[in-house]
Amino acid sequence: MTWANILIQGALVGGFYALFACGLSLMFGVMKVINLAHGDIAVVAAYSAVFLVPKLHVAQLWAFLVVVPLFALIGYVVQRTLLQKAIDRDPFTTLLVTFGLSVVIENLLLEIYSANGQSVNIGELVAKSWQVNSVIYVSDVSLVVLGVAVLVLGALQLFLSRTSSGRLIRAVSDDREAAQLCGANYKHVFGVAAAIAFATVALAGIAFGISTEFDPTAGGINLLYAFEAVVIGGIGSLWGTLVGGILLGVAQQFGAHFNLEYQTLAGNALFLIVLAVRPQGLFGRRVSLNE
Amino acid sequence: MSLLQLEGISKRFGRVVVAEEITFQLEEGAWVGVVGPNGAGKTSLFSIISGDIKPDAGKLHFDGRNLLSMNAAARCRFGIGRTYQIPQPFEHMTVFENALLAAQQGARERGRESYARAFSSLERTGLAEFANRPAGTMGLLHRKRLELARALATDPRLLLLDEIAGGLTDLEVVELTAVIRDLHADGITILWIEHVVRALLSTVDRLLCLANGEIVADGEPRQVLASDAVRRVYLGGAIINEATAH
Repeated sequence: MTWANILIQGALVGGFYALFACGLSLMFGVMKVINLAHGDIAVVAAYSAVFLVPKLHVAQLWAFLVVVPLFALIGYVVQRTLLQKAIDRDPFTTLLVTFGLSVVIENLLLEIYSANGQSVNIGELVAKSWQVNSVIYVSDVSLVVLGVAVLVLGALQLFLSRTSSGRLIRAVSDDREAAQLCGANYKHVFGVAAAIAFATVALAGIAFGISTEFDPTAGGINLLYAFEAVVIGGIGSLWGTLVGGILLGVAQQFGAHFNLEYQTLAGNALFLIVLAVRPQGLFGRRVSLNE
Repeated sequence: MSLLQLEGISKRFGRVVVAEEITFQLEEGAWVGVVGPNGAGKTSLFSIISGDIKPDAGKLHFDGRNLLSMNAAARCRFGIGRTYQIPQPFEHMTVFENALLAAQQGARERGRESYARAFSSLERTGLAEFANRPAGTMGLLHRKRLELARALATDPRLLLLDEIAGGLTDLEVVELTAVIRDLHADGITILWIEHVVRALLSTVDRLLCLANGEIVADGEPRQVLASDAVRRVYLGGAIINEATAH
């Protein structure tokens, strides 16, 4: 029964990792930008839910209605200004710029909100859980987050494979130059992809803020988990990211079962094994962003 | 008024000159070939017209509008289609999706019209039966045709063809030339870089010869090939002998 519990809890936390990671995967897949500020953007979204949303007289539970569209807009603008300028120079510049962005965000948050822990307050809902049997409890919030992750990844996959905007994103990620010669304004397409990435990471940030206490430095570790989920699943593959997230979650729960200190270690070990045995990730070839 | 006008177009990359004071005009409906040795600046000339390369100096007009103020995507929508020497299909998409994207983005069409245009561009290039194949699985001839189909789906008035016959067998060249002749008959102006000089001689009504980024000859194709300037460029190379022998 313990093993079933490890699997279930691992899958639940894995859903969160996948939700967190899909924006990272998308930005890398389309723009070839590794966004080192990805985790910090999620943390800013969580702070927005705590401090900005109540000012608009909206309950924190409904924060995503405000924060997600706001971050989509921010994503578009950041891409068209800061990131596009970096891309125009060379790929390494994007690493430096996003790293710089990460440092700036962390320090601004420390300056404004101090290092005190915060959390998104959704009232009693956070404590609700569903008892499977005498050993296994499933937290409602985790279950909802897993459901949202599956929904978001599925919708994104459908959007990319079935709609003309999605086709355009795939074309630009395939060959920017050729897409331009077909009359596509790739910079706008990059903006749209960044908007989607920022929207999903904002959603993940709020989910994170609901389930855990966070502070301005929380972005780093989440970025690491997101990276691991993406690499385990295979870069550019959305379903791969979901599977990667879930495997990472299960590995961590497995480690934690023996000793709480082994939680992160077990995840890292899985990450290393995949990297050594199958560097393209589990779904690196079969299902890709450019399906 | 000419459809395309280049005036004093110059471009260098460091010490390499790819375009030196290039001036010429294309009339609407013209079919013009471009020859020149490797590194003469032929492809760069296309890149300057299509917007991939920004010239250092000079003027560039299409249908009376200044092209230099438009990016590559805008130029495509304005009627300039281009194919690459090495075909660059969207490999992970089907042949039809490739054409559809071009119709929706380049010709700015939506829904049924875009589907019809995409399909007709595949029909005209003989690709209709391959519509559902992933573009990455196609052989060279079909990739070249797809390159043409995609340019066609953007509804161009000027087509820039970059060595579209290169690497094909004689029979394939004849087939592809027939397709291009058909497009020209529909009123599309064509500027065609080609190493297969025979393909050019049987079709174009004007020939430009480039060397070191300069136009060294411009005129009736056989006269251009026979000119001293062109002979000097090729140092009496096989290209001339082959062409004049036929």
